[in-house]
Amino acid sequence: METYAFPVSGRVCARILTIAMAAAFGAGLGGAQAQGLQTVGKGEGQVDIVAWPGYIERGETDKSYDWVTEFEKKTGCKVNVKTAGTSDEMVALMNEGGFDLVTASGDASLRLIAGKRVQEVNVNLIPSYSKVDPRLQNAPWHTVEGKHYGVPYQWGYNVLAYNTKVFKKPPTSWSVVFEEQKLPDGKSNKGRVQAFDGPIYIADAALYLKSAKPALGIKDPYQLNEDQYKAALDLLRKQRKLVSRYWHDAMIQVDDFKNEGVVASSSWGFQVNLLQSEKRPIGSIVPKEGATGWADTTMLHVNAKNPNCAYMWMEHSINAKTQGDLAAWFGSVPSVPAACKGNALLGDKGCETNGYNEFDRISFWKTPTAKCADHPEKGCVPYYRWVSDYIAVLGGR
Amino acid sequence: MTSAAAALPLDRSPLQRLSSALYLRPALLTFLLLTPPLLWLGVIYLGSLFTLLAHSFFALDEFSGVMVREFSLATWKEFFGNPANWDVVIRSALMAIAVTLAAALIAFPIAYYMVRYAGLRMKAVLYLGVMLPLWSSYLVRVYAWKLILAKEGIVSWFANTLHLGWLLDLVLDIPEIGGPSLSTSYLGTFIVFTYIWLPFMILPVVAALERVPGSVIEASGDLGAKPGQTFRKVILPLAFPGVVAGSIFTFSLTLGDYIIPSIIGKSVPFLGETVYRLQGTAGNVPMAAAFTVVPIVIMGIYLTLAKRLGAFDAL
Repeated sequence: METYAFPVSGRVCARILTIAMAAAFGAGLGGAQAQGLQTVGKGEGQVDIVAWPGYIERGETDKSYDWVTEFEKKTGCKVNVKTAGTSDEMVALMNEGGFDLVTASGDASLRLIAGKRVQEVNVNLIPSYSKVDPRLQNAPWHTVEGKHYGVPYQWGYNVLAYNTKVFKKPPTSWSVVFEEQKLPDGKSNKGRVQAFDGPIYIADAALYLKSAKPALGIKDPYQLNEDQYKAALDLLRKQRKLVSRYWHDAMIQVDDFKNEGVVASSSWGFQVNLLQSEKRPIGSIVPKEGATGWADTTMLHVNAKNPNCAYMWMEHSINAKTQGDLAAWFGSVPSVPAACKGNALLGDKGCETNGYNEFDRISFWKTPTAKCADHPEKGCVPYYRWVSDYIAVLGGR
Repeated sequence: MTSAAAALPLDRSPLQRLSSALYLRPALLTFLLLTPPLLWLGVIYLGSLFTLLAHSFFALDEFSGVMVREFSLATWKEFFGNPANWDVVIRSALMAIAVTLAAALIAFPIAYYMVRYAGLRMKAVLYLGVMLPLWSSYLVRVYAWKLILAKEGIVSWFANTLHLGWLLDLVLDIPEIGGPSLSTSYLGTFIVFTYIWLPFMILPVVAALERVPGSVIEASGDLGAKPGQTFRKVILPLAFPGVVAGSIFTFSLTLGDYIIPSIIGKSVPFLGETVYRLQGTAGNVPMAAAFTVVPIVIMGIYLTLAKRLGAFDAL
């Protein structure tokens, strides 16, 4: 439902095809020996990637945003992209197999590692890895027991989008979407705020409670014991009375800001940029409580058939130019600080605008699991319960 | 007799022998012809369906959230024990009933006009008009309705221009089915469902009405029945199986749809959405399977009733 098709160009130049075939024969058993690559050999002629829509652009939507064509020319690896609209779709596709790489978010990456669908990445074969933002190099959503399972791609976060006509001064707290109150224009927020239509939003409620109700002792919004979880659900039940529609489709939310009188909501930079480009009175902020966010990692399938091309892509994916162009296109933050300087599309202020300095205030998506560090004895509420309880909350229970 | 048998050539080709062997054994021929489609239906279609349903007798491990492949009634216990699940079932069923009734009420006059009054050319235009929406993308039509019903959309603009904004507000103030705007209320979901599934009601009703012989209607008039009586006692009973046949479509399609309620309405989960989320997002296949059983049971009851009303004579 949320999948957009970004079809891969059918233009296959004959020369590349010849090289591809030669490489395929030459590589022989290359695919079978994928585990623990020690050197990057000759390319297999192609690489198959599962990615978020808009993540791998070859200039088909806008000519200036193209970080594929040059890679294909240089390496002879044709890039095949399969887009996926949700983390769960990505996990499902990787379980099916037949792909080399996936741009997994934090709520999918640990599942893929635990399910043994991805293999350890030898970062010594990726020369640019040392240039990756040190804050990301060993991030817990892709590094388990000191082993790297991927290369950081991009990150971003959920902002509080608000109508600048209603809020002359930016709101400072998520309370405008969680608690019934009068907004600065004198009218109630009832029916004029939105929330995200996915169980991971329970973490947003927990993040708000972390500072609004310190007595609950929430440390990590993805690690909640029964009491903390119950408090978050209670808050969301109150919120249900304020929210007339929950959003999950970015374009629908854009429309709701325009036509449904929505004045505040959790949102992405994408919607805010789009609305601002249409000269709508919309601003965005990370409130004092911080925000939830996502950090994506390019991960290598355990049975990748084209490991050499995959390693070449991973190297290419963290090249400063790719990273800068992608950040400008997607409204996200590069995982390589060098990308922030001298990129024509991103501009010198681009990283700052997209939130480079907010890193410490972001709680990055993780899949909630029963076994957790914050509550070692009684455990945490696992994700499948988040799902069924969020359905109940939306249904008014 | 013996001469006829002798006339058969003795050295026939294998194909001819096969042909006559099959001709002499019609049961074998039927068996051979039916086996492939029955295998398809039985293994691929019903087989996978029953495999899915069987999953409802597995359960998720409380601690790890991984499915345990052992017989257990835990999923069903949770299904019946959680009132939120009942909400979803009742909400979906009520919506399906409301949409079916509305579709029948709208479809009958249209179908009646098409069959009884429209000339040949008009009939073709009307058929085209009914079918045309089915050829355009379902998603585009639903998104278009979102704009039409929005708070600042064309419906409220129209109402305000005619100084009827108070009427719209009155409608939206109805508790439960109202809301801040048409596109964020049950009412909006209902309108769009009715619009989308209406052709599936009109077509069977047209088919049923066409089978009502004109002579019967004339005879009714000749015997002194008023038009109203003819309609109630002759036309309606004869065309009713068509309405029931159409209602099978509108009812089951509304019951299972998960796209309309996710775009239009107040984000309350319906059956299809719930299954989608449990299966896709949570990996809770047992619970999703349990939810899948619900529409099957509801439709089973519905079809039994429909059969009694003679719906399948008008398909």
